[in-house]
Amino acid sequence: MKTVNLDYTAATPVDEKVLETMLPFFREHFGNPSSGHSLGEIPREALEEARVKVGRLIGAEESGKDKIIFTASASESNNLAVKGIVAAGKRKGNRIITSAIEHFSILNQLKSLEKEGFEVVKLPVDKYGLISPDQLKEAVNDQTILVSIQAANTEIGTIQPLKELAAIAKDQGIPFHSDATAAAGWIPLNVEQLGVDMLSLAGDQFYGPKGSGALFVRRGVRLRPLIEGGIQEKGLRAGTENVPVIVGLGEAARLAHNSMSERSEQVASFRDKLKESLFNEVPHLHLNGHPEKRLPWNLNVSVEFVEGEALLMRLNMEGIYVSSGSSCTSQALKSSHVLDAIGLPPELAQGSLLLAAGLKSREEDIPYITEKMAEVASLLRMMSPLYHQYLKEAKNNANVQ
Amino acid sequence: MPMYSEKVMDHFTNPRNIGEVDDADGIGEVGNPVCGDMMKFSIKVKDNRIEDVKYFTFGCGAAIAVSSMVSEMARGKTLEEALKITNKQVAEELGGLPGNKMHCSNLGADALHKAIHDYKEKQGGKK
Repeated sequence: MKTVNLDYTAATPVDEKVLETMLPFFREHFGNPSSGHSLGEIPREALEEARVKVGRLIGAEESGKDKIIFTASASESNNLAVKGIVAAGKRKGNRIITSAIEHFSILNQLKSLEKEGFEVVKLPVDKYGLISPDQLKEAVNDQTILVSIQAANTEIGTIQPLKELAAIAKDQGIPFHSDATAAAGWIPLNVEQLGVDMLSLAGDQFYGPKGSGALFVRRGVRLRPLIEGGIQEKGLRAGTENVPVIVGLGEAARLAHNSMSERSEQVASFRDKLKESLFNEVPHLHLNGHPEKRLPWNLNVSVEFVEGEALLMRLNMEGIYVSSGSSCTSQALKSSHVLDAIGLPPELAQGSLLLAAGLKSREEDIPYITEKMAEVASLLRMMSPLYHQYLKEAKNNANVQ
Repeated sequence: MPMYSEKVMDHFTNPRNIGEVDDADGIGEVGNPVCGDMMKFSIKVKDNRIEDVKYFTFGCGAAIAVSSMVSEMARGKTLEEALKITNKQVAEELGGLPGNKMHCSNLGADALHKAIHDYKEKQGGKK
């Protein structure tokens, strides 16, 4: 059966070159970077090389004063950033500012901190998912210990005005963290120019291995580790380093950095053509997210009158893999908090589809995707009470006129 | 995507009895887009039996399969028998539903029962 993957944000395959750089570190160079003898040397050097490569991707200085901490996921990086700042307790206060559309690895730990007495301010977003710098300005006060705002949203692709937002925190001396998981590897991110103090990313979003995360920590930002033990990762993450995976992350970061504009143009071109084709051929589609300020690989549409899981299953039967923000596709049975925050009506949120392009997405598949999307939408609409209600109303309106 | 039984997949892929019966004797609507599922059942009653039953469903795979199964189970049954169809039976007939999808099966029987009550109310009004 023909298959088309449009879910490259769930996972990207590991790049061949990335895999090649990883393999020797499972066997020949299996040594522990902390060893005093020769076996530790090559792994230790490889770790530092990976650190430099990841640093280059995000514009971190190579002076070694800033830190790149390797973790096992962006979720872990986000936890280290938030919990680490809170536990370090360097700044007095109890207010933490974030946005309504952060990943659960930010929102859920803040929910826990709220129970412990912290005051969490979740900035609202506009209908495109943009956070207003003015609202951040109003929210910061002398009790604020951290601002954490994503670089871009995975689900709707909206890119935030990070530089402006970070400047507001900097003005007050408040540490600014950004979850850049969806953006890293795809759009230019320069921690110096943006002025962010901490930044999370994960290699599996740009053709690195799963289990590869990193947190950039600017010099002077004091964190308490989540995992205490040895002094690996400058004491911020105890435990023997996962050398092959870290080497893979480094190489994936190098490749993403070197070919960022080509890659971005490639996926954006596919995404734009897919969008045009779908909007031309499938009636009653609604674009979610910002029309321009969005990640190059991201397309999010709501298929009116139908529910997302049914769409996902039908498309899956046609070999087309997508994801949805409907409540039925989530384990918690809640529709996406992101779509809720942009004020999307529930029936549209239920019919949302995230179409995430990747480097292997091929333009020649667009007619197939379009044809199947039209077929599946029409089939599900024929059994939808909302669609029949719409048809009836349209008919009545026509009669009135 | 949850793990669905073969029977659920069969009813989802080829849902039976979609539509709205002409001159429905009873109509039952349950759910709303906020919770993610919505069903509208319509029935035709003759000699106290469900002669025809159709539905429109907005919802996930389980909701569609449940609607289809309920329509099959209800057809030809007396109103009393149809009112005895329970959510549990529907789920069983479908070879089980994933735990977090059980609420979908609740909607199916509820919508059918609502349509029957609607019919009974209308009958009461006629007397």
